[in-house]
Amino acid sequence: MKTTYLLLKYLAILLWSSFVALPFLWALTTSFKTANGVTGGATYIPWLQYKPSLEGWKVLVRTGGQGIDIVAPYISSAVVTLSASLISLALGTLAAYGLSRFTFRLGFIKNSDITFFFISQRIMPPIVLAIPFFLMLQFLGLLDTIAGLILVYVALLLPIATWVMVDFFNNVPRQIDEMAMIDGCNPIGAFLRVVLPNSLPGITVAGLFCIIFGWNDFFFAFTLTFTKTQLLPVAVVALNSSVTPWWSLSASALVSVAPLVIIAFFVERFLSSGNMAGAIR
Amino acid sequence: MALILQNIDIRENGVAHLDNINLMFSRGGLYTVLGRTLAGKTTLLRTIAGLQQPQKGTLMLHGSDYLQLPVWKRRVAMVYQQFINYPHLNVLANVAFPLRRAGVPRAEAHQRAREVLGKVGLTDFEKRRPAALSGGQQQRVALARALVKRAEILLLDEPLVNLDYKLREQLREDFQNIFEGQDDAIVVYTTTEPAEAIQLGHQMIIMDEGGIIQQGEPLAVFNAPATIRCAEIINDPPMNIFYGTIENGDIQLQGGIQLKVPAHMAHLPHGPYRFGLRAADLRLGSMIGSQVELSEISGSQTILHLRGDIGTFILYEEGVYQHAIGDTVQVDLNSNRIYSFSVDGDLIAGPAAAEAYRR
Repeated sequence: MKTTYLLLKYLAILLWSSFVALPFLWALTTSFKTANGVTGGATYIPWLQYKPSLEGWKVLVRTGGQGIDIVAPYISSAVVTLSASLISLALGTLAAYGLSRFTFRLGFIKNSDITFFFISQRIMPPIVLAIPFFLMLQFLGLLDTIAGLILVYVALLLPIATWVMVDFFNNVPRQIDEMAMIDGCNPIGAFLRVVLPNSLPGITVAGLFCIIFGWNDFFFAFTLTFTKTQLLPVAVVALNSSVTPWWSLSASALVSVAPLVIIAFFVERFLSSGNMAGAIR
Repeated sequence: MALILQNIDIRENGVAHLDNINLMFSRGGLYTVLGRTLAGKTTLLRTIAGLQQPQKGTLMLHGSDYLQLPVWKRRVAMVYQQFINYPHLNVLANVAFPLRRAGVPRAEAHQRAREVLGKVGLTDFEKRRPAALSGGQQQRVALARALVKRAEILLLDEPLVNLDYKLREQLREDFQNIFEGQDDAIVVYTTTEPAEAIQLGHQMIIMDEGGIIQQGEPLAVFNAPATIRCAEIINDPPMNIFYGTIENGDIQLQGGIQLKVPAHMAHLPHGPYRFGLRAADLRLGSMIGSQVELSEISGSQTILHLRGDIGTFILYEEGVYQHAIGDTVQVDLNSNRIYSFSVDGDLIAGPAAAEAYRR
């Protein structure tokens, strides 16, 4: 009975893992193939089933007029994503603490309404936001610039960061702030010295959301840039021409997923819940 | 030099959390606040600490307005009933935290923190995080952090309530020693347990429904509870209350029971009264028939919850016995220890202190 259960459990895990991992395996093998290797159907064992080649990878770095340049979009994407995420986290954490701990009231508008207002901006479909964003950036002269993209991404990421952190702070016992104040901290001191150091899991989650969204976004990166500035997802798609180069597409896809995988790997240990254990019983 | 509360009121949706509180706390005094849950004890401490603002009234410390000072500028220390510590700091850093915030240099702060940790018996635990400590140890850390700053006002909000019985006994003894060293401070200690309030306090304040219903020396209050409500709160189990009258030199209790009026009540006029008698002043005997509703064992005593024509009441029986629910037992009253209250519940006469406290 127990063995059957275990077998079923591992079978389920195996199935799901394959479902998730096989596309990556497919991309990995494809990136080392040439046109001939791809057309022959799905094959996975190098040298035996297909002849490995570095063609797909060579295209990603521009050398002597050959291939496209993926390094510049890579750096742009990193700068935009990290700046926007950091700004959103900083502002969002402060806003969330305020919304969680203090009571605001403007007529019929209360804390919960303000919190909902933050997230309501993500309810609209992106296409609705694209045109106003375009016009605003045009007015500011920031179309097709890194700064303009950072601005737009902050507008998009701030609600996520705020939403995640409000929920997190609501679960941090208030008594710990009160104790910090009794122990001589003013409200900002209590926030910085006691609440923030104990909020690492929440900040990690919010940061991860911001980075994943920012790094993967294609839509705004595509609509708000033309020639001077290009972000990674746009550059990857731009590889497509009349003949789809599956090998270089696969290579670029792997390259763009890599940082997220590495981040997730290192950040995972901060995500453990129960960090507030020992605060209050 | 004292902390004075005048006409302090805190109400929320028509419910009084603090109802016209007038109190004076003197330096060096150890005050216990006794009351049931939701009596307003915590609100009182939070108001003194500055975590809550009263809607009415004044709070003065040494003649200056204390309400104007924000929490972090009041020199207050507090221990919550939940053990609150900073999870990201180890025990030593936790205890040194308030000193560091007050600008004490690190070395001195750590040295003072170590002294206090020694006092609460946690010398060997300074490198641990709070999560790696037992409940009793966590509360000791919280206590050490409150003691280390040598605050003017030390507030303890039911600090023992979340601990198990054994630890509670032990920590209560420690408290007595620890508080003796706090001569310059005002110590206010809230509890729901009469024994704790009587044992620890120099002065005892009884709270109920946001108001103060009696205060004074613990034993004096115990011996002469001002009202039936006080008598209920300060006795564990609550004092038994019987309805009856005084007629022709006899006490007539409900259910047709007659007792001779004891000497301390001889001067009372005829009329209706409510009579109070502690559970320990009843014993199994022959006078009053009643039925067992519940029988529990506490330590080496048997606590009987009884119902008879006289009403419902509780009796302490020395020794451990089994009583089946529904059994009929006969009970005697010790009339020398009867308290008499007016029908409205005010104390009229009680046994002389020596008599009341003799066991």
